[in-house]
Amino acid sequence: MSGDNGADGPRRSRQAPLLVAPGDDLGDSGEYEAGHGVLAINGRLRALKQGRMNNRGGTVSIEPRRTAYVPRPSDLVVGYIEGCTSNIWFVDIGGPFNAILPMSLGPSKAEFGGIRKVLDIGDAILCRVQEVEENHSSVVTMKGMGLRAIRSGSVEEIDPHLLGRLIGRGGNNLRQLKEDTECRIVAGDNGRVWLDGDLAGIINARDRLNALLTEAKIDDFGVDA
Amino acid sequence: MGGYGDVQCIDENGMRLDGRTKDEVRPVSIETGVVPVADGSARIRWGLNDCIAAVYGPMEAHPRKIQRQDRAVLDVRYNMAPFSTTDRIRPGFNRRSREISKVTAEALESVVLTELYPRSKIRVEIEIICAEAGTRCAGITAASVALAHAGIPMTDMVVSVASGKVHDIVVCDLNKEEDNYGEADLPMGILPNTGELVFLQMDGDLSPEQFQQAWDYNMEAAEVIHKEMVRALKGGDE
Repeated sequence: MSGDNGADGPRRSRQAPLLVAPGDDLGDSGEYEAGHGVLAINGRLRALKQGRMNNRGGTVSIEPRRTAYVPRPSDLVVGYIEGCTSNIWFVDIGGPFNAILPMSLGPSKAEFGGIRKVLDIGDAILCRVQEVEENHSSVVTMKGMGLRAIRSGSVEEIDPHLLGRLIGRGGNNLRQLKEDTECRIVAGDNGRVWLDGDLAGIINARDRLNALLTEAKIDDFGVDA
Repeated sequence: MGGYGDVQCIDENGMRLDGRTKDEVRPVSIETGVVPVADGSARIRWGLNDCIAAVYGPMEAHPRKIQRQDRAVLDVRYNMAPFSTTDRIRPGFNRRSREISKVTAEALESVVLTELYPRSKIRVEIEIICAEAGTRCAGITAASVALAHAGIPMTDMVVSVASGKVHDIVVCDLNKEEDNYGEADLPMGILPNTGELVFLQMDGDLSPEQFQQAWDYNMEAAEVIHKEMVRALKGGDE
């Protein structure tokens, strides 16, 4: 339990990061708003996830240690084709449910009944979430600039909540990584990162990515992952 | 002597066979991240009990008939390894494991925010590697830590612990001999932050006073175990 949280409300983020576990009492809700991973119950803020507590602009949230990706409209994601019918592909985008990619939203050359010739099972694609229904069914599209089948390079996975660290303020970290490795790097909102370039560059980028993740865990929790 | 047979589980000074006093919990240690391919996992060593829990999901629920339009379902599978006890256990589901899987799912459903993942399934696998006594409690506790480790939103973690009666004396956290030769057993699932109860079973008879005593022992033990759960989650990983 977080004994540092009294009736005055949650701690300020300027203090050392506060690690919390589900159920931990984060203090009196008062003027504070419950953000991601926090629930206000009977005037008290309660942690719902394991992670690090943030208090920014009056919103108390938790940067979780692990997260499941939940798709949102307009997310750029890297998906894998898992199956298909005559006119629909089913795409694994890392969420609880496979998304569907209708033929009309796929690459333009697809024909009814012959869609596997265009994208086959196991292929990786760069696509965008077009629509998410209330019951978590989602539709992705490949109509848009830069959206394509991934035919080269490598796809790495990181936890979606660590994307902020990868990209950095104003995209600085990602830009630096691209310059250093001379790779094309596309970070999907579902935590899948497409690395494309020569082999040495990809290996370098992958190592840098792993180092960043290890560093994130040490920063957050003071332990080596 | 009370109980079945002449096994004396407590001496005249109130000392138990494993050297504990009647209100003492067996040593507990928990670690997380023991199954790297799982979304979350935990291992609990509780006395001689050794239990691993792994969590996968949320994922699409199959077959479709188990899907719920307004919430996720918890698919819990409790299993004892054939080598976990001195008598070999026949592999596969049996009545006991089915019952424990069901009560575990119901205890965990009361804390997991299942409504955030409609039509999905969260798979929880509990495997008992070594059994001493109180494996259902160890399983529920390990599953709680594994769910938290997987980042599943929960209002609290469930701590499960059992107290019981041996030779007419109420003791906390029964060991194997006490479980086998004792007269009653009271496993409880407790939410440590609020003191709420999400799971309660009773095997044998307890007087109201003994029931209250066992209840108090369980509540005290839950605090000790909860500290270890929080330490495992905040402290280390993999």
